[in-house]
Amino acid sequence: MQGNSGFWIYLLVISFSTYLIRTIPFVLVKEKIKNTFIRSFLYYIPYTVLSAMTFPAAFYATGNIYAAAAGVVVAVVLAFFGRGLTLVAVSSCAASFIVSQFICA
Amino acid sequence: MSSFFRGLRSGVPIGLGYLSVSFSFGILAVSYGFEWWQAVLVSMTTLTSAGQLAGINMMLMPGRYLEMLLSQFTINIRYSFMSVSLSQKTSKEFKGIRRWIFGFFMTDEIFAVASNEEEVSTGFFAGLTVFPYLGWSFGTLFGAVMGNILPESVMNALCLAIYGMFIAIIVPKVKSSISMFVAVAFAVTLSNHFYYLPVLSQIPFGVAISVCAVASAALVAILFPVKEDESNAG
Repeated sequence: MQGNSGFWIYLLVISFSTYLIRTIPFVLVKEKIKNTFIRSFLYYIPYTVLSAMTFPAAFYATGNIYAAAAGVVVAVVLAFFGRGLTLVAVSSCAASFIVSQFICA
Repeated sequence: MSSFFRGLRSGVPIGLGYLSVSFSFGILAVSYGFEWWQAVLVSMTTLTSAGQLAGINMMLMPGRYLEMLLSQFTINIRYSFMSVSLSQKTSKEFKGIRRWIFGFFMTDEIFAVASNEEEVSTGFFAGLTVFPYLGWSFGTLFGAVMGNILPESVMNALCLAIYGMFIAIIVPKVKSSISMFVAVAFAVTLSNHFYYLPVLSQIPFGVAISVCAVASAALVAILFPVKEDESNAG
């Protein structure tokens, strides 16, 4: 990516679009949104985005599908029992690492 | 100023969490072929997990600026909703230029902590942003630099951290609500189609995510409209 002028354009696009999407409603909106469909849509969208990004991509994140699957399973189980973000993230890495050691050994 | 320090303290756990997740982002970015300073620059100017992950995937291919814009819009539209929600709780002096400045720091976790306040003052919000921002920036730096030092097996495993965090956000919601379960099930089913089916798998990552997310959220919004008080928790 070094010396790639595209990087700077991409950086502008990603940072400004993210900035404006956060601030414009913050500055402009003074009243509550009444429309039920829009409210509902906005309520679900964070989670549909995250799940579409995670599955199935997470299974291919580590270069070994079994190691990644172990990490995903550990993450789902810990999250199900209400563990915090950091613990879940770290544990899924650890599980994936352990399984990868057994497979590659 | 005491509200600033109170905010500062509330931001510590978020900062620690960000440190580990952005560490994984830094590693991932370098493994994609980015320079360490490019990864840090993206983190410092963007401050978002899902958007940056999708972003660096797209940056690998030249000239897909519109696709980038489209996917960032979909992935980050939740921030608009958070901003709208928080704009109802801010104290009188928190407006104008202050909103233009501090709106930058609207992340899922900062929003969640700020929403727990009866009223959000500029001082509290400013304090709240400090450690998360430092954690996110330095975590990316450490990950990007140490990514070259750590053995490949460790790096590979650490790439999973960001997904682990997403799972930690999704699962509790799915567990507590049927409608959310349906929403996530739709999104995952759709995204599997885009990943594996011959023609659909040719569609770029960012577009596929947008289509999956928007279609399933819209469908579930029709099937299970959310009542007034429920959506504030988002």
